[in-house]
Amino acid sequence: MRRLKALLFGAVTIALTIALNRQWGSVPAFGRLLSPFEGFWQNAEKPGMEPEQTLSIPGAREEIVVRYDELGVPHIFARNDYDVYFAQGYVTARDRLWQMEFQTHAAAGRISELIGDRALELDRYNRRLGMVYGAEQTLRGMMADPVSREVVEAYTAGINAWINRLRPSTYPLEYKLLGYSPEPWTPLKVALLLKQMTQTLAAGADDLLMTNVLQKLGPAVTANLFPDYPFREDPIIPAGTKWDFSPATIPLPPPLNGPDSLLSLHWPGHDHGVGSNNWAVGGQKTAGGYPILANDPHLNLTLPSIWYQIQLVSPTMNVYGVSLPGSPAVIIGFNRDVAWGVTNVGADVLDFYKIRFRDGRRTEYLHGNQWKPVRRRVEVIRVKGKPDVVDTVLYTHHGPIVYRPDEKPFRNNIPVGYAARWVAHEVDNTLKTFHILNRAVTYDDYVKALAFYSAPAQNFVFANARKDIAISPNGRFPLKWRDQGKFLLDGTNPAHDWQGWVPADQNPRVKNPPRGFVSSANQSPTDPGYPYYLNWEFESPERAMRINQTLAAMQRATVDSIRRLQNDVYNLRAARFLPVLLPRVRRNGFTAVQAQALTTLSRWNYQNDTASVGATIFGEWIDFLDDAIWQDELSDPSRPLRHPNISRTLQLLTEEPASVWFDNVRTPDRKETIDDIVTGSFRAAVDSLAARYGPVGARWHWASHKGTGIRHLIPGLDAFSRLNVQIGGGPNIVNAAGRRAGPSWRMVVQTGPAVRAYGVYPGGQSGNPGSPYYMNMIDTWRKGELYELLYLKSAADSHPRLKSTLKLTPETK
Amino acid sequence: MIALLSAIAQLFLPWWVIAVVAFTVCFWRKPSGGRAFLSGFLGIGLVWLLYALLIHLRTDGLLTARMAELLFKSSSPALLLLVTLLIGGLVGGFAGVAGSGMRQVFSTNS
Repeated sequence: MRRLKALLFGAVTIALTIALNRQWGSVPAFGRLLSPFEGFWQNAEKPGMEPEQTLSIPGAREEIVVRYDELGVPHIFARNDYDVYFAQGYVTARDRLWQMEFQTHAAAGRISELIGDRALELDRYNRRLGMVYGAEQTLRGMMADPVSREVVEAYTAGINAWINRLRPSTYPLEYKLLGYSPEPWTPLKVALLLKQMTQTLAAGADDLLMTNVLQKLGPAVTANLFPDYPFREDPIIPAGTKWDFSPATIPLPPPLNGPDSLLSLHWPGHDHGVGSNNWAVGGQKTAGGYPILANDPHLNLTLPSIWYQIQLVSPTMNVYGVSLPGSPAVIIGFNRDVAWGVTNVGADVLDFYKIRFRDGRRTEYLHGNQWKPVRRRVEVIRVKGKPDVVDTVLYTHHGPIVYRPDEKPFRNNIPVGYAARWVAHEVDNTLKTFHILNRAVTYDDYVKALAFYSAPAQNFVFANARKDIAISPNGRFPLKWRDQGKFLLDGTNPAHDWQGWVPADQNPRVKNPPRGFVSSANQSPTDPGYPYYLNWEFESPERAMRINQTLAAMQRATVDSIRRLQNDVYNLRAARFLPVLLPRVRRNGFTAVQAQALTTLSRWNYQNDTASVGATIFGEWIDFLDDAIWQDELSDPSRPLRHPNISRTLQLLTEEPASVWFDNVRTPDRKETIDDIVTGSFRAAVDSLAARYGPVGARWHWASHKGTGIRHLIPGLDAFSRLNVQIGGGPNIVNAAGRRAGPSWRMVVQTGPAVRAYGVYPGGQSGNPGSPYYMNMIDTWRKGELYELLYLKSAADSHPRLKSTLKLTPETK
Repeated sequence: MIALLSAIAQLFLPWWVIAVVAFTVCFWRKPSGGRAFLSGFLGIGLVWLLYALLIHLRTDGLLTARMAELLFKSSSPALLLLVTLLIGGLVGGFAGVAGSGMRQVFSTNS
């Protein structure tokens, strides 16, 4: 009996211990997690920083001094370039290791390893898109260049020096929650991170939707509704700028006979919350006589933040700005002489080709008059708690076949699939661009740096203390015939292939234009006079127009007037639409709420501030209006279609009030007019708001309705997120703080003999949810304020904001 | 005894060493079943509670609040501290009973 009892308790103890030591689905290992010696308690950080610390680090070549300011920004002083990137890797990993690894795991299609088969389709998608293949190409490009190679190797060694110091108790918290361990960093992961950015910013494709539209409406109507240049535009390169080059031969479009049989390919559409603003104001328009540069990239608002502030000082540079954790160098920033920033171009650098295989074995495909071999790449997806999934991806010279024909069993027996031709699959050395910019002095350095850049194409704005300002929509652009890739392409026809590249020195660029400023907000890069085709559609121009109008009127600009423009919440879209819409609303039969909403909207000042009710009603109305005009013609349950863009819709409302598109074809017995559609959509929008929020009141306020949230990278981790942030602005507004995306970094740089710079991002330097520096900058960002960025000249500088010094010394032998 | 030994062992070894310590100490000191559970429970649980409380206070409870929100949808740190005590205590308690029981089996045999 005793024996039985003893055995029973022994078994219970062992079972309990094992149960608490392992993950159960998404439930963490409670014993390990709650142990104060090993679990999450160890990740709790006390306020304040260690004033002095010296560590002996294998891999450092000479002594490196890192000084931390009161926001936790590291200022690295190294005696050689290897050490500066080594230290960048080390300190970035110290603050952001989990994020760096998680993002590169995501890019590599390895999330299933961490969370199981819930992520399998996501992983498969990334593998099929050729993310790892593309990263391997980039790695080749980086490693072939001795400078890039040293930078990447130093950065990798620095990250690994930090990883090697970790024990399970000091792993970042997310490893403990998800139950896995960090693995060694590799140069490939740097390339994967750059691919991740390319996927975020340069993988949107409406080719299929547009092809479906073309089939439904025919070429003439499609061209009318989806024009290649918007109704009222204010391009990045000022309209009328002359091009000082003779262009390469531009291919002629082949006769239009695109693919006819379509797959219901569900490609993620372009994310309209993602975009950016940047501008530089010339010295003639600033109070100090030197240019001022500003940039705010709009990306997903996440914790840990996508950006990490850093200052890098070595004998060859002294640069400050934001870096991407996982990539060396400063991406947006300034040095003593220059400042630069980026916004997304949105050129069409991803196209789909219909492939014709020779037979069911799919070992050969037709191109021109030749059968060419298909290359097979085996992707092994490891799945937590399940056997590996092996996926064979077929590659043509165009690129990988994303969706195989056998995945669509109801298709006819012609073996077809689509290959993706994507700029991210090219060998490139994009890192070199930032290596040069970090050390740049003159405009020529900027031009030299840009020539190395591949993807995602960016509008690089530039200003320097020699009073030059410039902007260039820059990247590797395929040489295309007009509208090539607007629709799906024919993979058997060599005329449909990309025909080479736009020469880098013929990318659009302008230096010191007469108007005294340059700017970009993702709108059309040029007017139609530019000889090359980049895309048929860019971001709608409201932000750009508002910025350009404000800058044109601005004299004696200061850092503060520029900061105010970054935080501008004027809704230019509303100012364009409402004067057209409001006179068409018929009030008869209105409910009390509808009448009240109309009055509010008529009196609205077009400011999307936090308490605005007009902004909420307008935003809702535009969505209902767009559906009311287009949904009846342009929706089809059997195939995805899209609506014309907002510029075209505005043109229709303004110039074509009698258009047939206003009639709702679903009501054959009635013919709706523009007034019917405008009034009906207004009533529906207000009713929808009233159903959600009740009578007009605080719940209708713009910031509450919009619900800006800054979310942890793991979906659903609200406890580590900051939700319902009270901030104005929104999509298509200069202060582009949307629901999930928005200004992910705001920077203003006053160039001159002594550069001064200011910046903030909505997060904190530490990626540890247990750190006081995890989200400490959010309120400064929310209020539209900036921190002065502490630009140190030497390691010995003293400043009251400096709180901690970390010395990394080579290991003594 | 359990408290002291487990605290030292946990500085170097994985968390589950608490079960080994409680088992071994009770095997050696052979308390009765009820006392074995109590000493295992308190020996481990109190160390966990006190250390957790110390961390909680030194870090202004920043992470404690976020973890309580994450695990229990409550902003109260007390529950999280209590569960920490319970988890450590239960493992220690059961291991203690198992240890003393096993000893008794051996003593009876010899």
